[in-house]
Amino acid sequence: MLKSLAKLERLWIALAAVLLGMVVGIFFILIVGRNPILGYQALWQASFGSMRDFTELLIGTTPLIFTGLSIACAFRTGLFNIGAEGQFIVGQIATAWAGYFFTGLPTLIHVPLALCFGILAGALWGAIPGYLKAKAGAHEVINTIMMNYIALYFTHYLVNGPLKGHAFLPVTKEILDSAKLWRFMPPTRANAGIIIALLAALFVYWFLWKTTKGYELRAVGFNPLAAEYGGISVARSTVLSMMLAGGLAGLGGAVQVLGIQYKFYDVFAFTGYGFDGIAVALIGNNHPLGVVFSAFLFGFLGRGAMRMQSVASIPKEVISIVSASIIIFIAAEALVKRLVPRFTKKGGASSEYNRSV
Amino acid sequence: MKRVSILVLSLLVVLSLSVFAGAKEYKVGIILDTGGLGDQSFNDAAYRGLMKAQKDFGVKTTYVESKVMDDYEPNVRMLAEQGYDLIFGIGFLLTDAIDRVAEEYPDVKFGIIDSVVDQPNVLSVLFKEQEGSFLQGVIAGMMTKTNTVGFVGGMESPVITRFEVGFINGVKAVNPKANILIAYTGKFDDPVKGKEVALAQISNRADVIYHASGACGNGVIEAAKEKGVYAIGVDSDQSHLAPATVISSMLKMVDVAVYDGAQMVVEGKFKGGLLNLGLADDGVGTAWSPGVTVPAAVRAKVDEYAKKIASGNLIVPDTK
Repeated sequence: MLKSLAKLERLWIALAAVLLGMVVGIFFILIVGRNPILGYQALWQASFGSMRDFTELLIGTTPLIFTGLSIACAFRTGLFNIGAEGQFIVGQIATAWAGYFFTGLPTLIHVPLALCFGILAGALWGAIPGYLKAKAGAHEVINTIMMNYIALYFTHYLVNGPLKGHAFLPVTKEILDSAKLWRFMPPTRANAGIIIALLAALFVYWFLWKTTKGYELRAVGFNPLAAEYGGISVARSTVLSMMLAGGLAGLGGAVQVLGIQYKFYDVFAFTGYGFDGIAVALIGNNHPLGVVFSAFLFGFLGRGAMRMQSVASIPKEVISIVSASIIIFIAAEALVKRLVPRFTKKGGASSEYNRSV
Repeated sequence: MKRVSILVLSLLVVLSLSVFAGAKEYKVGIILDTGGLGDQSFNDAAYRGLMKAQKDFGVKTTYVESKVMDDYEPNVRMLAEQGYDLIFGIGFLLTDAIDRVAEEYPDVKFGIIDSVVDQPNVLSVLFKEQEGSFLQGVIAGMMTKTNTVGFVGGMESPVITRFEVGFINGVKAVNPKANILIAYTGKFDDPVKGKEVALAQISNRADVIYHASGACGNGVIEAAKEKGVYAIGVDSDQSHLAPATVISSMLKMVDVAVYDGAQMVVEGKFKGGLLNLGLADDGVGTAWSPGVTVPAAVRAKVDEYAKKIASGNLIVPDTK
């Protein structure tokens, strides 16, 4: 009971942080001589102005749920997965290939098959730095970053070489209709991807908190020495955790291809889904439910950024300041608590919560 | 049948629009690629064209910088829903986004730079970068003292290949024995990387470096300035970045394409189709930098080749 109260409190803090961030934003919007009311109207309408806008919010949120889960999983084992970006990319290209290479399959087989290719590619991309960490002690931060570059340039080669599927554009062939995810509200782009993302969050929760393997992963995260002493293989847990993290990010890439893009596009520069996922996971407290909420927050801000440009002529940089302020306020929980007095009364609840994470 | 009726409908809409053209305020928007504003070249050129159209025709304008590629399609659609008359996609990465939305909104007009979208309401604009780059090759081939010139590309793609091939052919036309160093940064948004690659070429005796690498080029020009060698800019006139270093810039008139598109819409003359703009159409060209003294012989040679290419007497190949 106390626990659920504490969770509710966290939600309030997040909302308060959003409001505080927006107040700071007003200041910057005024500095560049634009209208903050118009700007915030646009921010709201970008996600909730119409049904189509809402579906685009779902679409923008979906990849962030996957990368957020990926990073949260690794965090729980004490690993810092900066490689979600690259795992996402290899997931995309493997899925795109499976989406057009296998012909004559019914959707019920083709979609899961293509998704599996994405998961496996991502898992492989995560397992390599995991293995290097377990066997050679090489730090996963460095190696996951390097794997990002390998993914970026390797797929660049593939899509300009053997997998090139267009006369002059660096893209693969389009996936077959049988591999496309169900779009449940045509003509919008809303698709089953969001459902898969929520299922993935459920899976992560179940796996980490309800299975022995998941317990082992978290035990290694709490204290690797104690875990090892208790008979848990730290090396194996490290590899498994990175595989899981990679698989989740790869699945995110797969869903992006089967639901939205329908082909692999040369990436040119990192899309930032993986890097945003780090903030999503941190703000979501590395908990699947928290990740889903914070992914929605990021999706909301991302969509608002573009609408604020076109409707209120507010430069992208100013909107980044607004989102950054919101994120800082969420991260600086203690500050928000002091600024908003009503939270200080519930000191007991929050300390209970801190122990539970 | 459905297609035909859509076509007829859109024709009717276009006709009725042109009848009331006097009273209407036209809206023109551009969707930039993820490079965004401030790249001093491609995206900035598009924005310049848009601002000029706003000034000259009184059209209402807007621009949207996309954060990731997946945003292109909803951004194009957003402007279509907001009632924009002309929506320009800046860069080939927007090809599919324009294609999909153009089909949904047959009465809205679209443009795409550096790519082709085969729809009746889309104006596709390609540039013959090889022709403008050929002239820069002529300049580099004649200005070099070490007999070594460099080319720095962004990520390899058919568009950048046209720059490279044109440049190589230009150098060889005037200086067959010149040593040409080719390097790619692998990206478009990293001045530090551009500088690194340029410094490597300079240490290999290159003394004129031409770049087609987006914002990486800022680093290329900086390296040339530091080491006291020449650089050649791209897309926009880049002489202001280093007046005594940049000999010339290969102009790619993205601004003219956007401006002309807006003009066609305002005058009711918009027609979908393909424009392939070269020297003959002033789609590409050379901007001389005021800060560098270029021998008259070089200018004369450049003019000579420009005429040859524009008249069709010299065809510059566009692939390796």
